Amino acid sequence: MNMSSLVRTGAGILMPFLLVFGFYIVLHGHLTPGGGFQGGAVIATAFVLLMVAYSYEIIWERISLEFLKNTETLGLMLFILTALIALVAGLAFFGNWLLGAGGLFGTPVSYGINPGDLNTGGVIPILNIAVGLDVLGAMSVIILTMLFAVRRDA
Amino acid sequence: MIGEFWSINAPALLIAIPMLGAFATPLLGKMGKTPRNLWILLITALTFATSALLAAEVYTTGPVIYTFGAVDPAVALVSDSGGIPVRIIFNVDAMSAFMALMASVVGLVAGIYSLPSGKMKSGRDGYFSLLLLLLVGILGMVCTGDLFNFFVFLEISSLAGAALVAYRIDKGVAVEAGLKYAFLSSLAGLIFLYAVALLYGQYDSLNIAVIAERMQFGFLDKVALALFLTGLAMKAGAVPMHFWMPDTYSMAPSAITAFLVVSSQASLYGVFRIAFTLYGLRLNYVTVGWFIIILGVLSMLVGVSMAILQENVKRLMAYHSISQTGYMLLGVGVGLAVLGDPAMMESFGLTAMEGGLFHLVNNAMYKGLLFLTAGAIFFRAGTHNLNKLGGLGHSMKLTMLFFIIGALAIAGIPPFNGFSSKLMIYESVFAFNPLLAIIAMVVSILTLASFVKVFHAIFMGPKRGEYAGVNEVPVPMLAAMGILALLTVLMGIFPQQFVDLMIRPAAGALVNQGSYIASVMGGL
Repeated sequence: MNMSSLVRTGAGILMPFLLVFGFYIVLHGHLTPGGGFQGGAVIATAFVLLMVAYSYEIIWERISLEFLKNTETLGLMLFILTALIALVAGLAFFGNWLLGAGGLFGTPVSYGINPGDLNTGGVIPILNIAVGLDVLGAMSVIILTMLFAVRRDA
Repeated sequence: MIGEFWSINAPALLIAIPMLGAFATPLLGKMGKTPRNLWILLITALTFATSALLAAEVYTTGPVIYTFGAVDPAVALVSDSGGIPVRIIFNVDAMSAFMALMASVVGLVAGIYSLPSGKMKSGRDGYFSLLLLLLVGILGMVCTGDLFNFFVFLEISSLAGAALVAYRIDKGVAVEAGLKYAFLSSLAGLIFLYAVALLYGQYDSLNIAVIAERMQFGFLDKVALALFLTGLAMKAGAVPMHFWMPDTYSMAPSAITAFLVVSSQASLYGVFRIAFTLYGLRLNYVTVGWFIIILGVLSMLVGVSMAILQENVKRLMAYHSISQTGYMLLGVGVGLAVLGDPAMMESFGLTAMEGGLFHLVNNAMYKGLLFLTAGAIFFRAGTHNLNKLGGLGHSMKLTMLFFIIGALAIAGIPPFNGFSSKLMIYESVFAFNPLLAIIAMVVSILTLASFVKVFHAIFMGPKRGEYAGVNEVPVPMLAAMGILALLTVLMGIFPQQFVDLMIRPAAGALVNQGSYIASVMGGL
């Protein structure tokens, strides 16, 4: 069953903001409170909002369980491979092999009080993104599976 | 080059390899059944090789430190840290290496045993992912040198274990068992976490070596100790916190049950590590030693007397697991009770501990073997009920042979490994308190009686019509049982060599708190 058009329109308006906010929390995990898990959970709530607003047939058609599972696997693989590359780079497992190396996340951190630079942190943002992908996939899979139970009862 | 890389990073690879395996299994599962099965074999074999390498290193050169995320993993204290290890450390001493080797052997066996899928066609990728994650959790618990890290790995093993118990949904009964396991494990984990918080508040560190060095044994430390022992004994299934064990063990797939035995023993390792290494001689060791002994005696008696009544073969074996856990608690408890008395320690305390630890590895082998044979019977006959089974000895000859080996070992009949460890426990405990040794022997006799009944009910008797089509289980399952049976026999024939090689250094590492602290703190 679809909710009223008021709810559906509201969900549609809120959806992009939720997604942006979620990805913001993931990407700024090394600077501000939050991180991969929290951001991934916020993104997953965006999917929950859609599931509340629209009927399960529409959700089932648009969002595939396989896609979400693949997202989860991608996040996990990104996480473990980032940790393993440190071994190849001659550091210990989970060593920060991007720290101060330049590039996207490799800017050296300036000393003292400063507003914070997104391009710092080395592998930490990468691990945050990996956890974010994993949590977003896993939580959505859980919720979709619960939706499946609703369908069978009806 | 690659060998050196492997040996430097062995503690990390011990965790990293099964974790990579678990995460990549869904991808391999998309390629089909054969690549995935080969992948599982490769990962569990590599994990076993890594733990063997690590054990060889630890047994020859002493404890190995691995600092995660550091530039040089072998250095726990960096120069600007003020003499405090700030990073997460794996501190692998002889005891840890011994447990890790045992866990990875059982992990390999559980992986091989699970390859034939039988009736369960769906969800196999998830099953293998969780199996490898359970292996990660157990290996992490036994290797870590950090209390909070121990809690994290405890939770990993609990959650993976709970999901695996519920794998065979079985009209919701298995789900109920899995839920029960999840609740009890989380409760145990939270009790443990609270105790960690108490210690962290006082000593400003989570590192076991640091807390052990600063330990005062004040009031809060006593509260923390009580919580540690309660939480971990609950997870290990000691009476009176054993009630989850029969439900969980009987409903889980058999390879998982064999593996959950090791998971419980990793919690026992936690009990020993907390008592000996974290508190050590500052502990009121006579009282705590007797507490562990009484837990052990209760577990032995209650476990075996409940086992005799059971009609479900896996429930019966689960009660025997409780009873066997009692032997380990008894042996190591006696060692703890005389920890401060060098003369008594020399004459029987160390032997009791060695007996307890030897029994721990023996139990993992023969109990795992027995659960695997129960799984093989279920695989072909489709039931665990002793009243319905019968006459299977005609068609499942190898399974019967493996069952005989396991049953004689658990009952303590020579020349199997259960005999050697039980003899060590009897002799040393008799010198400590004769009554305890007598109880242990009576329990052993009751165990034998119970397994004679099981053997007769399953394998003896004429061929039955309903099991006419039953034949031997697939080769991977036989191979898995064969590995454990071989180890059971070998460790029974050469107990002295095995104790000298593996067990004595492990017991020595537990007793020698100073060297554990020095391996972390002495680096600077």
